[in-house]
Amino acid sequence: MTGPGTEVDDQRRVALVDLLDRVLAGGVVISGDIKLAIADVDLVQISVRALISSISALSTPAVALGGAPKPPDDG
Amino acid sequence: MTGDLGVWLYAVTSSRDGTEQLSGLTGVAGEPVRTVAAGDLAAVVGSVPLEDFEEQPLARHLEDLDWLETTARKHDAVVSAVVRQGPAIPLRLATVFRDSHAVRRLLEERRDDFGAALTLVTGRTEWGVKAYGDRTALTAAVAEAAAAGDAAVGTGTAYLARRRAQLAARDTVERDAADRAERIHSRLVQHAAAGRRQAPTDPAVSGRRDWILLNGTYLVDDERSDEFAATVTTLGAEFPGIRLERTGPWPPYSFAGVEREPR
Repeated sequence: MTGPGTEVDDQRRVALVDLLDRVLAGGVVISGDIKLAIADVDLVQISVRALISSISALSTPAVALGGAPKPPDDG
Repeated sequence: MTGDLGVWLYAVTSSRDGTEQLSGLTGVAGEPVRTVAAGDLAAVVGSVPLEDFEEQPLARHLEDLDWLETTARKHDAVVSAVVRQGPAIPLRLATVFRDSHAVRRLLEERRDDFGAALTLVTGRTEWGVKAYGDRTALTAAVAEAAAAGDAAVGTGTAYLARRRAQLAARDTVERDAADRAERIHSRLVQHAAAGRRQAPTDPAVSGRRDWILLNGTYLVDDERSDEFAATVTTLGAEFPGIRLERTGPWPPYSFAGVEREPR
């Protein structure tokens, strides 16, 4: 299921879960009649669930401690 | 083929911050990204074809995982580029407006909200921390802690006490894990300007691998980011059987003024 070579892809999928978690559940939500369309998060849940189940069989992702880049310095 | 266009929103930022660096940046439809300004606010937007981004086609596309992934990554790439220029508030994925006038109206109507949100995220960065539990190691750690409290004398008695502690730990490991996750979260919040626990994205898959105890995200002062990272490392060492994983830096998606109750 997870052999050598799948690890990079697995890492990518795991990171995608974190990203989707934020872009679909976070960010400002605009309501009202000025907008044309907005993703109904419920609609997306199905896709996300499919994604999650595809990655749930993953081996444990590598520990990412200390490896993260520093945030940009805006000062 | 050129059809009607809608306006996709990426982020709202201060119009005082230079956005000229955004030239050359392309968005979710491969379109050049531009800004729409109103007063001291600017929205970073792109024109997208309605045949793909109107409500109906959009809903269909969102069911397509590859499309969703590509779009989410492009949206995030633009938002991240804006955040590198200065404080910015990300919009939720797939916010599409009819035209630039509607975007200007939004900036005018919600000027105070955006202003407050920009103040909150200025000089701060979002970091995610997930805690994964190893059921076996966690049970052993709980038993260890319980047995240590037993002043057993003979080795036989000590053995029995350990055995009892192990059996008891197996029964309480769920509660102990939840308790430890809560302690980890409180400690992280102490080193952050804000923090929230989110519903675990991954299902709590039975077995040891993906037992997720904490899906937290934290808004951290940039000058405290090293301190925050060190705290994650410390906590990881302090709680045997729990592995902590830090992600980021993220644009402030989770602190954009959206109220979300932990489910």
